[in-house]
Amino acid sequence: MSGETPRPDGAEPDGPALGGTTPGPETPEPGAPDLTAPDLTKADVDPDSPLGEAIGSVDAVAEPGLAEELEQEVAREAAPAVEESGDRWRDALRRATSGGWAVALGAIVLAVVAGSILIVVTDENVLASAPYFFARPADTFAAIGQAVGGAYSALFQGAVYNFGADSFAQGIRPLTQTLTNATPLIAAGLGVALAFRAGLFNIGGQGQMLMAATAAGWIGFGVTGLPFPWHLLLCLVAGIAAGALWAGIAGLLKARTGAHEVIVTIMLNYVAFYLLSYFLATPGLMQAPGSANPKTPPMQDSAVLPPLLGSSYNLHWGFVLSLLAVVGVWWLLNRSSAGFAFRAVGENPKAARVAGIDVSRTTVLVMLVAGGLVGLAGTQQVLGSVTTGFSVDIDAGIGFDAITVALLGGSSPWGVLGAGILFGGFKAGGSAMQAAQGIPIEIVLVVQSLIVLFIAAPPLVRAIFRLPQPERTPRRRETRRDRRRAASTGTTEGGRA
Amino acid sequence: MRLELRGITKRFGALVANDHIDLVVAPGEIHCLLGENGAGKSTLMNVLYGLYQADEGQILLDDEVRTFDGPGDAMAAGIGMVHQHFMLVPVFTVAENVMLGHESTRAGGVLDLDSARDRVTEIAGRFGFHVDPDAVVEDLPVGVQQRVEIIKALSRDADVLVFDEPTAVLTPQETDELMAIMRQLRDEGAAIVFITHKLREVRAVADRITVVRHGKVVGEASPTATDGELASLMVGRAVQLTVRKDAPRPTESELVVSDLRVTGADGQVLVDDVSFTVRGGEVLAVAGVQGNGQTELTEALVGLQGSVSGSVRLDGKELVGRSVRRILQSGVGFVPEDRSEDGLVGEFTIAENLVLDRTDGPPFVRRGALQLATRDEFAREKVAEYDVRTQGIETRVGRLSGGNQQKVVLARELSRELRLLVAAQPTRGVDVGSIEFIHKRIVETRDTGIPVVVVSTELDEAVALADRIMVMYRGRVVGIVPATTPRDVLGLMMAGVPPEEASGTDPENEGDVA
Amino acid sequence: MTATTVDAAGPDARAAQRTVSTATWKAAVGLGVVLVLYALLLLLAPHEGSARFALSTSTDFVVLSTIVVPAMATAWVCGAVGLLVLGYAVVRTRAGRRVPTWAIAVFAVALLVGFLAWAAAGSPRDLSVVGLLGGAVGLSVPLVYGALGGVVGERAGVVNIAIEGQLLAGAFVAAIVGSITNSPWAGLVAAVVASALVALVLGAFTITYKVNQVIVGVVLNVLVIGLTSFFYSELLVPNAETLNSTTRFERLPIPLLESIPVIGPVLFNQTIVVYLMYIAVPAVWYALFRTRWGLQVRAVGEHPKAADTVGIDVVKARYRAVLIGGAVVGLGGAFYTVVSINQFGREMTAGAGFIALAAVIFGKWDPLRAALAGLLFGFATNLQNVLSVVGSPVPSQFMLMLPYLVTLLAVAGLVGRSRAPAASGTPYTKE
Repeated sequence: MSGETPRPDGAEPDGPALGGTTPGPETPEPGAPDLTAPDLTKADVDPDSPLGEAIGSVDAVAEPGLAEELEQEVAREAAPAVEESGDRWRDALRRATSGGWAVALGAIVLAVVAGSILIVVTDENVLASAPYFFARPADTFAAIGQAVGGAYSALFQGAVYNFGADSFAQGIRPLTQTLTNATPLIAAGLGVALAFRAGLFNIGGQGQMLMAATAAGWIGFGVTGLPFPWHLLLCLVAGIAAGALWAGIAGLLKARTGAHEVIVTIMLNYVAFYLLSYFLATPGLMQAPGSANPKTPPMQDSAVLPPLLGSSYNLHWGFVLSLLAVVGVWWLLNRSSAGFAFRAVGENPKAARVAGIDVSRTTVLVMLVAGGLVGLAGTQQVLGSVTTGFSVDIDAGIGFDAITVALLGGSSPWGVLGAGILFGGFKAGGSAMQAAQGIPIEIVLVVQSLIVLFIAAPPLVRAIFRLPQPERTPRRRETRRDRRRAASTGTTEGGRA
Repeated sequence: MRLELRGITKRFGALVANDHIDLVVAPGEIHCLLGENGAGKSTLMNVLYGLYQADEGQILLDDEVRTFDGPGDAMAAGIGMVHQHFMLVPVFTVAENVMLGHESTRAGGVLDLDSARDRVTEIAGRFGFHVDPDAVVEDLPVGVQQRVEIIKALSRDADVLVFDEPTAVLTPQETDELMAIMRQLRDEGAAIVFITHKLREVRAVADRITVVRHGKVVGEASPTATDGELASLMVGRAVQLTVRKDAPRPTESELVVSDLRVTGADGQVLVDDVSFTVRGGEVLAVAGVQGNGQTELTEALVGLQGSVSGSVRLDGKELVGRSVRRILQSGVGFVPEDRSEDGLVGEFTIAENLVLDRTDGPPFVRRGALQLATRDEFAREKVAEYDVRTQGIETRVGRLSGGNQQKVVLARELSRELRLLVAAQPTRGVDVGSIEFIHKRIVETRDTGIPVVVVSTELDEAVALADRIMVMYRGRVVGIVPATTPRDVLGLMMAGVPPEEASGTDPENEGDVA
Repeated sequence: MTATTVDAAGPDARAAQRTVSTATWKAAVGLGVVLVLYALLLLLAPHEGSARFALSTSTDFVVLSTIVVPAMATAWVCGAVGLLVLGYAVVRTRAGRRVPTWAIAVFAVALLVGFLAWAAAGSPRDLSVVGLLGGAVGLSVPLVYGALGGVVGERAGVVNIAIEGQLLAGAFVAAIVGSITNSPWAGLVAAVVASALVALVLGAFTITYKVNQVIVGVVLNVLVIGLTSFFYSELLVPNAETLNSTTRFERLPIPLLESIPVIGPVLFNQTIVVYLMYIAVPAVWYALFRTRWGLQVRAVGEHPKAADTVGIDVVKARYRAVLIGGAVVGLGGAFYTVVSINQFGREMTAGAGFIALAAVIFGKWDPLRAALAGLLFGFATNLQNVLSVVGSPVPSQFMLMLPYLVTLLAVAGLVGRSRAPAASGTPYTKE
């Protein structure tokens, strides 16, 4: 042997890896992020065909030859299947129940139920009536109903439409607030989703937003004399570029040294945080003159994103930018050659490299674009939502929320749009709930993170709601039963022998 | 211990991987399980080892029915397995690997490494070789790693030993040494199951042979059977590996490789000053045992290796130092060794995979935008032309069989305007029907007048396709010989013996080498 | 056989030589860069005056006098020591040998002393060395426990991004239980249980449901922040007296050891949680590398399939390691509410879990090194505190940034290459 020692399993540690598995971002249905281990033989075969079942149960068979034989069988059967497309409806039904949307809905329901439990156990009236629950259960139930009903009615009225308002213009205000909240969530969510699709984990949303806010904000209050659209544009470009560069560091380190982007982006979050803290605490840099608070002066009018629906609503043109970003990312991922390379690198970097795609360059590029999108979110914050000067909490947790948005949205641009609006609604409704019912807004964090946890584990949700499992799992259960049977018969016969 | 498998049936859904297989292995016997890839040999052994549960049938040890819920049970019952992909923890020492799972401990669960060291030395000594118990496994050569696997199995007092394709990673020399070990184990009274698809090895070492095909036992054979008899049992029809091709018609085009050296990340020289020339219209087959630098050689040709010195000139143009993309653009077609890892993106559709390396300009990309209509039309054309069996071009490539996947790779590479084709293991894991098709395409490509380099560890394939054969050993070229060179000479060359010497030795002595 | 050995030795020897030579220059160059930066700092921003180092406090058993040194002279002398080490490193590297760790340690200490002299120059206040080191030990407690727990989990193949959440959950529950029972011990136990519970969720999703470990970790952090903040507002704030005011562990000076100058008050006048840490660090190391349990944990983290084929239950082994790791992190969580201060505050861990994660990586997945990294990061944080007392010219934000920057350099391979357990991050699929 020429000293060559191929590792028995061919596994090569790629860098100081944290997550060996990339998040399986390529999803068949939006809303169903397949977060489990990549499944080599995930078959779209007609589930009722015995072969479909076979493939399902052999997913990780140790013997490659066998799986291959099975696949060949499938391929052989596949040809006639084209003609008889009569099962299409049944297929569609199966997808609807075992597929992404049902699971996403189930996850949301579960999380909301969990949120209700939190509300109930901390509600004063419920607690007050609970001691005499067995004497007068109705009281407790009434209290529970009131607490939960009140909370969710407040949530809805705070997020969508306020029925108590005098006019439609007043009543619709919560919805515009939802969209305002959704604006940076969508942009940052796109940044995280794009990176997911290229097999990269962008946990650095916070840092990228902070750097973007720093750049955009500094120009926004510091540069004087530029007229309206140009000043705004300059701020936007600077913010997006700052976010891109900050994420680009992670991309560059990953490409050059193999440093894992999860660790790098987390560390960069803190570096950005302290950097901005320093700028804000230092007079002459970003601290507002004559103030001891670590806060910037307000943005100049020429740098502010104008309101979209008139000055009585908070909704600003940033929302339109987010929508454009959704379309842009969709085009990039699905219609452009760059996006093709992104996805190829995300799915199989080795094959991408063999096909002449420069994986290092793509990694850097992906992080630049992703950081730019997150940077857009940071820019929208300082130029749209908080224009009166900002402090170091300007990111408002959006960098982390973006991860949940991307996951809920199945890493697809349109999914991110939906998830962003949903979470924007939670945020708006949460504030209303806090104001009206005294329920701490942190409950939104709980519900949000539960949604993502449940969505990440479809078998759990299916088990809870008794949704049909995809062909794989029941089959596996059956084989186990079969085995037990085989084992027991084996023993009894053995006794005879 | 006498092992008997009675009517073992293992189904995966509708597919019967093992169909009522009977097998008896007596103590002091090497029983060979012979069959093609995918015949169900490994499934059977995984059933025996407790990794799968049989749907029907029984496992008997010394006439007593046993059931194994996991490898732990099987090992406790005295069954040991030398896995094809070694089941060793690379960063552990030899002693740690050997003791793993049945650690002897002192008080409080503290490892007793000394007793493990002694055990390693003792077992290794029995077979007359030395393994340092404190060496870290990943630093050991593959042959030694395999011995650690054997020691691991023996340290648990295995009476039944299963060797699963153990020679795939060994040189002929190491194979010989392994066989000596197997014989010694047999003589000590172990029952040995030897899984392989290599006929010569079977005849060299087996006491009994059972041939498996499509999950069924199709026959037993004696070690004296000829290759032809065994092969036809194995494959089910007369093997015909000769490829019909005319005499080469050399053209002006040529690939000149001189002093090519590839250095690995840790400084190992993987390809050691290799020089050769391939004329247009000629196939140069690179033969050798796996892991002797062939993979790195092909990767260096297309720019996939980092540390490369020397020169690769295609029609006078230097390729070394260029990016993969530039090399592909200059007309190099590449069929990588591991198609699912390196050749295809499993989650992408057939159409997407067919243009995977063609996204840098027209016709499939214009101004940065994918031309989906053009691409799909192209894909439909190629699917028909290469007879890819599929539902449609939107099928994900990961779902195709090995042969169909390879056709997709080939279709993609051959549909570009080529000046050189480099194909590594073009038919590995491919069904017989597709093999013929792929071979035909490779020969057709040769006949267009470009140089073709084919790497194959299957000597039969190399001989069938080649106009000339280059044998590599430990990163060096042992020799470049005509395709008509006798097999035993090629076999010796694969063990590092220069061609002059190899052809000089008496072929009678080489019966069990190669 | 002989041929194999001889030939295999050839390329191996070559490989060894190559690796060593590149690694060594990295060290020398690193030292050089640091030294240049140090010299630039002294040249561009000279601080005249004298620096006062207090080696003991008046209550100590042995009272040492305060050392007063001329700041710039000291700084330059220290720089000269650094230069000597650098020269030594260059000579060693030339000879193709490694720069020994002790040399790097001497270099670091010399430059640190010089830096402190420079920073404390002209300040009327003493720079308390005991305060600096003792405070560092205190601040590093949650980091060390967090890193230890993280190491155990990752060694078994489960990446733990949720250390932050585990610390926070531990701190929260310790505050409640400690307040209700009035016993810090009960709080400590409760923290361990709470943190292990978070670990259980992490295990259930990553091991059983095979969800990506980073995702679960990130989401669990958000979940715990949400839950603790929610209950903090709903329960702890209105009932601060009964639910959120704990009895803290008292300092427990160890007789004799406590009276050693400098070291005594720094190390041996601490609380029981700190002493537990002194035991936990070597204990975890010993358990991982010397016991049967540790061998199996490392096996499932490196090559789960190999572990499976020798009869080790991978799932069980991973669950066990994750739970044990969680329990260890819980001890660190308790530190916040039954040692440091006596009540819980919203998001009071403030990113310590992420520093602990950094320590895991910086410590190359080794319990001892990870604990040292935790100490180092604690030291950096406390250095910032101390310097702000003395009135140092270095902005505190940059000191606080230091652990993260150092980790960035570490993962980028500039401070030695680290190699994670091979299977960490990947779920194990049987069959």
